[in-house]
Amino acid sequence: MIPQAFDYESPATVGEAIALLQRFGSDAKILSGGHSLIPMMKLRLATPERIIDISGIKGLDYIREVDGFLKIGALAKEAALEESDIIARKYPLLLDAAKMIADPSVRNRATVGGNLAHGDAANDHPAVMLAYRAEIVATGPKGQRNIPIDEFFLGFFMTALEPDEILTEIRIPIPPAGSGGAYKKMERKVGDYATAATAVQLTVDGSGICQQIGIGLTNVSAAPMRAQRSEDALRGRKLSDELIKQAAIMAGQDCDPNPDLRGSIEYKRSVVKTLTERAIKAAIERAMNA
Amino acid sequence: MSTKKITVTINGETHSAEVEPRLLLVHFIRENLSLTGTHIGCDTSNCGACTVLLDGRSVKSCTLLAVQANGKNIVTIEGMAKGTELHPLQEGFKEEHGLQCGFCTPGMIMRAADLLAHNPNPTEDEIRWGISGNLCRCTGYNNIVKAIQYAAEKIRDTGSDSIPFTTHTAETTA
Repeated sequence: MIPQAFDYESPATVGEAIALLQRFGSDAKILSGGHSLIPMMKLRLATPERIIDISGIKGLDYIREVDGFLKIGALAKEAALEESDIIARKYPLLLDAAKMIADPSVRNRATVGGNLAHGDAANDHPAVMLAYRAEIVATGPKGQRNIPIDEFFLGFFMTALEPDEILTEIRIPIPPAGSGGAYKKMERKVGDYATAATAVQLTVDGSGICQQIGIGLTNVSAAPMRAQRSEDALRGRKLSDELIKQAAIMAGQDCDPNPDLRGSIEYKRSVVKTLTERAIKAAIERAMNA
Repeated sequence: MSTKKITVTINGETHSAEVEPRLLLVHFIRENLSLTGTHIGCDTSNCGACTVLLDGRSVKSCTLLAVQANGKNIVTIEGMAKGTELHPLQEGFKEEHGLQCGFCTPGMIMRAADLLAHNPNPTEDEIRWGISGNLCRCTGYNNIVKAIQYAAEKIRDTGSDSIPFTTHTAETTA
């Protein structure tokens, strides 16, 4: 399979990349790791006139804690998440997800920024970033703006990025003491999209009361979704098995999956319920042991 | 649509070529350079038959453009042996019967080279997860795992490099 012919640009700076976007508009497509875009181009589901390859831009692949945030540069690779000490120590939800994205060779190329900018609810980072209440930094001709994650995913493969903007950074608030997270994913085989997955990030105080919780769901809605009712059922409450079960049932009810080769609607709702219960319990255990 | 000039180092040799941007890296390696040890299996980044090393990391060359490899250092299965002396991974696959038809083998070996470079003493579980993006339809994987264990031991004992040509870097072109 061979992509339709296109012109290729490899800007050295974010400024050059934005200038190219301004010049070529919607005929151009940003390429970073290329592991979502190139398969679509080979299948001719995407036929851009011009590719702007940002992977050569230096200094955009950092992972560091600064000013109250874990800041991840747009070009940080999934493999770098897996190999990061800071993520191994403090961001178990992110580590869980990174280990289950595609396969090791794909993770050597695929980027966190690309996974989010693609806007696909079947990708794993959207649910993870919803759970973390992350912010997306977009850079355009007028400079940078921060987009709360709840305002980033607008619909099926649609994000809040303007045609002349590039996703340049992801900001995760540094979790306070007593925090834990987990990603539970069911996939038919390595490399397939999730049948469903649940991302949970929570903070529990000394008496077992849930101070804050974020729950994101993967591949069970047109746009990446937050399990809002489940979060509200747990926030401010003392966590018990019964309450967790109720919240998990709500997540199964509130998601909106499509039937496909991975299962029927009823099956996927049941998977979401089970994974949500497991993810919440795993997150609590990690919060207690943090 | 205009072509691009690229320069890559493959198995220690520098090559320059004028290519269409849509040319896939695997086609560049197989057709432009006649290095046909890198196979095309699924052509959808699932099976791993096309795995090569790009700056020391395993990648699926069916899902990279040749222009993305500009200025980079590539190692293919042809670069693994030193003359007639097999690389420890090649020797392991031979000794432990890690192949039957052999179609997946070059990709398996290149993936395992990255794995051992970053984790010289992997557990069986780490090897199995480590090759989870490479499909074999013959062996049932048990002998592939043994082959990689064989190579890990030999590399540790002899202090040899898991990845050859890692010190070479390509000249970059403007």
